[in-house]
Amino acid sequence: MMAGNGVEDHAAVADPEGRIADNIVYFARALRKAGLRVGPAAVTDAIQAVLVAGIGTREDFYWTLHSVLITRHEDHAVFDEAFRLFWRSRDLIEKMLAMLSPLAPAPLQKEKPRAGETRAGQALQSPNREERRQEMEPELEMDARLTLSSREVLRGKDFAQMTAQELAEARKAISSLIMPHDLVTTRRYRPDPKGRRVDPRAMMRFGLRTGGDLILPRYKSPRRVHPPLVVLADISGSMSQYTRVFLHFLHALTESRRRVTSFVFGTRLTNLTRQLRHRDPDEALAECAAAVQDWSGGTRIGEAIGTFNRLWSRRVLGQGAVVLLITDGLERDNVEALAQEMERLHKSCRRLIWLNPLLRFEGFEPRARGMRAMLPHVDELRPVHSLDALSDLCEALSAAPRSRARPPAAPEGLGKRLPA
Amino acid sequence: MSESKPRALPQSIDETVTLLNEADYVADRSLATVVFLSLKMQRPLFLEGEAGVGKTEIAKVLAQSLGRRLIRLQCYEGLDVSSAVYEWNYAGQMIEIRMEEAAGVADRDVMEHNVFSEKYLIRRPVLEALTGTPGAAPVFLIDELDRTDEAFEAFLLEILSDYQVTVPELGTIRAEEPPIVIITTNRTREIHDALKRRCLYHWVDYPDAERELEIVRRKVPQANSRLSEEVVAYIQKLRGMELFKVPGVAESIDWASALAELDKVALDPETVSDTLGVLLKYQDDIARLREGESVRILNEVKADLAAAG
Repeated sequence: MMAGNGVEDHAAVADPEGRIADNIVYFARALRKAGLRVGPAAVTDAIQAVLVAGIGTREDFYWTLHSVLITRHEDHAVFDEAFRLFWRSRDLIEKMLAMLSPLAPAPLQKEKPRAGETRAGQALQSPNREERRQEMEPELEMDARLTLSSREVLRGKDFAQMTAQELAEARKAISSLIMPHDLVTTRRYRPDPKGRRVDPRAMMRFGLRTGGDLILPRYKSPRRVHPPLVVLADISGSMSQYTRVFLHFLHALTESRRRVTSFVFGTRLTNLTRQLRHRDPDEALAECAAAVQDWSGGTRIGEAIGTFNRLWSRRVLGQGAVVLLITDGLERDNVEALAQEMERLHKSCRRLIWLNPLLRFEGFEPRARGMRAMLPHVDELRPVHSLDALSDLCEALSAAPRSRARPPAAPEGLGKRLPA
Repeated sequence: MSESKPRALPQSIDETVTLLNEADYVADRSLATVVFLSLKMQRPLFLEGEAGVGKTEIAKVLAQSLGRRLIRLQCYEGLDVSSAVYEWNYAGQMIEIRMEEAAGVADRDVMEHNVFSEKYLIRRPVLEALTGTPGAAPVFLIDELDRTDEAFEAFLLEILSDYQVTVPELGTIRAEEPPIVIITTNRTREIHDALKRRCLYHWVDYPDAERELEIVRRKVPQANSRLSEEVVAYIQKLRGMELFKVPGVAESIDWASALAELDKVALDPETVSDTLGVLLKYQDDIARLREGESVRILNEVKADLAAAG
């Protein structure tokens, strides 16, 4: 059929019989509505790819579109589901678009038997306030998961909007934030008259300005940058009063430095990095509120960290990442597992900093079993005495490390390596 | 299949499957599709996946079976232009300057032209990759891109969109024919969307049992069929467990050849326990299996295979 040279056949796109191009455009639109990032260029590419590959079997067609339209492994499930629905038959397109539209999600959501669909559905929820409430009503599918644990409570959360003054204060606090051990030496160099290494390239370039009569030494020194930062924040019931501060902190942090990855956990782990990239703090928080399902519920620190270790640590802890763990350490479940997971986490990052708001009580001793299990595996424990504003958080992090009065402090970064 | 004779690119997905197959790379249809598209549309192929699923191997196999040169750029943190693209031979340049002075060359432009000439240019992989002639463009493997930093990624963006490099002292060097670019990443960090958008993306997954058996049979012919079957079934079961790092295909091949070297014809609990280090690289995982899960899995494997006949 349309095999042959892709570029010439581009004209065939306009051919009314060649419906396939139209359908690809519709399909791309459907994917976009499902929250995938499919740009106009990708659609043109997709059409071209299909022309190049020729429409053979359904499987070939599937992978042809997949290779062009999908750029993240996470999107595979949504694509799979969308493809199945879309290309089954023509009249399903309307249905599909209706299902993907956030305006009328209710009736169709009931017939959702597959894994990919859940994600598609969730991704579609628009971050509007009214709809967020809708989403929090347990759906059919959620019910099945709830039975796994009676302790898991799924709850929505509304954050008060940020006032202009708060915003200004937050920016100020973040700009004065000095994270402990926050600069790593890279293997890149920058010109530096006081540097210790000779820069032959610059010498040659500058030397030639004088026609090579005079080649003066020029120096360079290694560039120092902030390492990647990974924040794991506890949003369970016992920490709920601080959640808003955390999220503002995370947002301001994401805005001000490179490579910040943010996770929150209660009974499950949620990656909020993309949500927090919104410039506007209120919008970002609204998106976070929609993405997280276990606000102020129970805590399973060990399990959450275990999930992080398994699914994320290799992806985000590369290149000497610093982990900032914000939790009160009140673990109710399996404490031994927590100790194991903490050890694994500690071994996978350059530095593990634990920020604990419980220490606001004077004379607090880490008596809880969960805390004692975690303590040997952190590099630094940072107390926060009061945590009403973001500046408190920044102050706690910027303060000089405490003296070793505290019980079992871990040896500093001994024998730690990144996982391969 | 000698390197000197470049072969034409495959003209269909089926041909691509055959091509990879002939070179002993057992690819599934999805991978063949994306490889074909990348060759045909001259777009970089972006392969993401866990360690040891055969991402780098694809580049090697393509280079070998298409009779192209393989140029490999191993990425690491701090990779910079002087080790990735080009570098000047400073010592040579110094001598050139002195010689010209001695010869009494006074014209500064002439001198500059001589000093910064191709003669003193040390070509690094990226520049090498842009020197392909039509019909014989090299395969350019950018391995483990996630190990380098964003700065290099941004630089790569420029190269991959225009296939040209600018050397300030020399001018712009453009590829006559764009190289076949294959980028691999282990996902130890996210690669920016802008770069991914210019490529054809493919997630290389662990193979299913059938394909993995085929791979082991081809790569380790000295292992007998029963051993291969048990090895593959065992590893497939391991992948279902929540281990910190599950074994990849590379580990399957290593394990099968290790067992074949030990003259084993079938798995037994003791041998498995002794050779677990070939499969699993984290002590926690090994300890967990030694605690008894290994025996349970082995029994399951034997039972399954017996049931299958």
